[in-house]
Amino acid sequence: MGDQLEFIQLEVMVVALGLLVLLADLFLSESARRSLGYLAAGSLGLVFLLSFRGGYTSLVDGEAFGGIYRLDGLALFFKRFFLLTAIFVLVFAVDFASRLRSGVSEYLAFILFALSGMMFAGSANDFSLLFVAIELITVTFYILVSFQRHRMQSLEAGVKYLILGAVSSAFLVYGIALVFGEAGSLKFDAIRDAHARLLQNKVFLFGMLFVFAGLAFKISAFPFQIWAPDVYQGAPTPTTTFLAVGSKAAGFVLLIRLFGSVVPELTEQWTGMLIVVAALTILYGNLCALPQRNLKRLLAYSGIANAGYLLMGIVAQSDNGTAAILYYLVGYLFTLVAAFMIINLVTREGEGEDISCLAGLNKRSPFLAVALTLCAVSLAGIPPLAGFFGKFLLVKSVAAEAFGNTGYFALLAVAVFGVVVSIYYYFGIIRTIYWSKDTLDNSPVAIAWPTRMVLGLCVAAILYLGILPDKPINWANAATKIETK
Amino acid sequence: MDWLLIIVMLPLLAAVAVGFVPGRQRRVIRGITVGASGLSLLCALIAFLSFEIDGELKFETKVLWVESLGLYFHLAADGINIGIILMGAIVAFAAACCADDITHRVKEFHILLNVMIGGILGAFASMDLFFFYFFHELALVPTFIMIGVWGRGANRNYATYKITLYLSLGALLALIGLIGVYVQTGEESFSIPDLIDKVGKKPINEAAQQWIFPLLMFGFGILVSLWPFHTWAPLGYGAAPTATAMLHAGVLKKFGLYGIIRVAIPMAPIGAQSWLGVLAWLALANLLYCGLVAVRQKDLNLLIGNSSVAHMGFIFLGIASLNVIGLTGAVLVMIAHGLLAALAFGLSGHLYRQTGSLDMSRMGGLLRQMPLAGSALLMALFAGCGLPGFANFAGEITIFFAAWSAGLKTITVIAAWSALVIGSLYMMRAIRSILHGPLGGDWTKASDLSPLVATALGLLLAALLVFGFAPGLLTKGIEGEVTKIVRLAKPEAER
Repeated sequence: MGDQLEFIQLEVMVVALGLLVLLADLFLSESARRSLGYLAAGSLGLVFLLSFRGGYTSLVDGEAFGGIYRLDGLALFFKRFFLLTAIFVLVFAVDFASRLRSGVSEYLAFILFALSGMMFAGSANDFSLLFVAIELITVTFYILVSFQRHRMQSLEAGVKYLILGAVSSAFLVYGIALVFGEAGSLKFDAIRDAHARLLQNKVFLFGMLFVFAGLAFKISAFPFQIWAPDVYQGAPTPTTTFLAVGSKAAGFVLLIRLFGSVVPELTEQWTGMLIVVAALTILYGNLCALPQRNLKRLLAYSGIANAGYLLMGIVAQSDNGTAAILYYLVGYLFTLVAAFMIINLVTREGEGEDISCLAGLNKRSPFLAVALTLCAVSLAGIPPLAGFFGKFLLVKSVAAEAFGNTGYFALLAVAVFGVVVSIYYYFGIIRTIYWSKDTLDNSPVAIAWPTRMVLGLCVAAILYLGILPDKPINWANAATKIETK
Repeated sequence: MDWLLIIVMLPLLAAVAVGFVPGRQRRVIRGITVGASGLSLLCALIAFLSFEIDGELKFETKVLWVESLGLYFHLAADGINIGIILMGAIVAFAAACCADDITHRVKEFHILLNVMIGGILGAFASMDLFFFYFFHELALVPTFIMIGVWGRGANRNYATYKITLYLSLGALLALIGLIGVYVQTGEESFSIPDLIDKVGKKPINEAAQQWIFPLLMFGFGILVSLWPFHTWAPLGYGAAPTATAMLHAGVLKKFGLYGIIRVAIPMAPIGAQSWLGVLAWLALANLLYCGLVAVRQKDLNLLIGNSSVAHMGFIFLGIASLNVIGLTGAVLVMIAHGLLAALAFGLSGHLYRQTGSLDMSRMGGLLRQMPLAGSALLMALFAGCGLPGFANFAGEITIFFAAWSAGLKTITVIAAWSALVIGSLYMMRAIRSILHGPLGGDWTKASDLSPLVATALGLLLAALLVFGFAPGLLTKGIEGEVTKIVRLAKPEAER
């Protein structure tokens, strides 16, 4: 048992940290609780560093708990990804604490619990662990979304997420039941071995389709994207960030593992459907983002569009496609964290996040203006930033397979169209920052130093990923190679 | 010497340097910018004069960038791009000199201007597909911002959006075509010479060529204002600040043409053969339709913008002929038109500064009022008609010969007619209404060119004349490279 626990040491540490935060709440004064978030972020930083320890990385390619938990390059990559996301979100949460009004420590603890769910999802090698991990994420998010109990919008978002999330969980569990009924096992390895026979089986296919629907909900792919705008807009901004980055990445790691390595033949059979889903997701996200004036809502629709771009990596069905997804997600992490943090800094409590709040930002804080511009430009996929290189890799992976399947060309055409549309609305953000006349106030923006550090790091990372992509590509490739061996 | 690296890095370093100068130090900012582009012009001149034509790449800089993708930072010059780089450096220097009409946010403008110059020169110097595209975007993004923030006229916002969306679409289509080339050759390399080498031995699958070529043709074509995707150009140039219009119309726009010659034709010759016929007709539409539109213009900038779109028709026609003299002529017109467009926009910028309007019906008699600017404009407009002695003539006449010998006879006849008659019509009318006659009412206080701007524009004019009288300076190098491309595209033909 002891050596089994070694595999989940990071998750155990995260859960323990969450419990400690809850306990510390009882003994700390109001003002000390504020810095609890920084403390938790620092501890997570330590956990992040521990994930590079030789004792841990030597476990890679091992399995635990009878093969339901797998630690490979892909899992390790995503565990680090989630840890990094959570560190940023915790720092963000401290900034946001005053708007939560009460229960700051619980808020921090729930972030940590959701994080542990994501980390388990990265390693899930069995439908039961997949479901538990997904539920751990989703249920904590019900709470995180509706945490601002004094705000009607937050509650409304929570209820919407609860209802639609429950429906998607139902899809998932129903699908899993059908798969189990036909395959006779919940283990991915068993399904992989048996799946030549199962491909003929309609019930199995039906089950897998339901599982896909459940995961598509997590990544907000069309037609399961309806919840995203309302929830993103209503939720407290740190939750939105975590939802947009962490929860989406959790959906993708499961999609990659399940459809990339467990049932690749099925994925091939479903190429047409996947192309349609990806294309419609890109179109829906980008077209609906056009008229948005609320920044969080805008980013929600752009998040849907980005889910579509990421799905292109799944559609490509190659190691390059998977590596491109990983690369894109990392760029997306830094971009969205920075963007949401800045939006939070420039808006004041009680006011909406209308795009006009950015007017005159270049006078209020040139640093924030430049950072947000970089985010928008990167999201629009313009070189030399992270978003460009990510999209470049995704398009390349699809184009490499394109010959021989006209559907791929259609997908590429839609992707190009989507990018052009998206340039229009990202450009709108930049335009408001620099040359909007209706400036409401010119007060300088105060930024706490940890936030400033995170923002600086994000900007540096966006530039690094765009200009010097050599090393990150190797990391992404390494994470993919091990997984498909 | 790594001349190209110096030429490209000087403006980019100047951009960084300007970033550290406080915004109020206008003179320092101007000094750095003009100095950097002047130095890089000097280097370009040295490189051009010391360039030996022997079919090898010169002044190479090659650094491994992304190993797993076979991506190199690779700058090099051959017979085609050495002339374009020299032209780009001249235009860049002239644009930097003309940028003193910017009055607000001078620092930001000059940072963007330097980035744009570096991007432009880098795009033409790159021998690696990725950096070729990368530098182009590096130049394109500042263009959008410059038009948006420092642009002029009531249409500014609309123009900014339009130019951004059109050019982004073009760039993305071209990007997909380039990625198509990369994945279809099967060579894990972005290096243009390597790829050409590879497709020379084993061409890209024929069916793949049939979609790669149109993607590149229309993608690059949109960037060059190929009819019917040209509407962004007059509008955008009309709204752009002087220096931006000079750089974009003069040099950056040529990127698309350069891409078609450098990448699209050699990589997808079979695709080219089935699509170049279409290109020839579109080229004719450029010449005829945009020429006729130019006749109707009352605003000088719109006139220059439309005539510049029309002139692209010559280059497309030269490319569509797909023979040695046609492609040589196309590159020659690219260089000549670059100098001419920069000159014309530089002068119109000077005129705009005087009264804030470019309405030609209110101008008149400016030759007497401002002899320097007036005669420069006179010569620019004559060069635009294709008067012998200017480099444009040498290129255009070559293209007509090429198109005729390529069998595009109907098109050649109509094109020659429309170019000569329609072109002269609007250029002559512009000369009459701007330069001759009684002095326009608002223009009594107008002043002539400042010494710096006069030098800059004089340089453009001198280059136009030098290359007009001695096109051999350029064509010798171009011919050698173009012959290789034609041999790839038409292995069966002699030339």
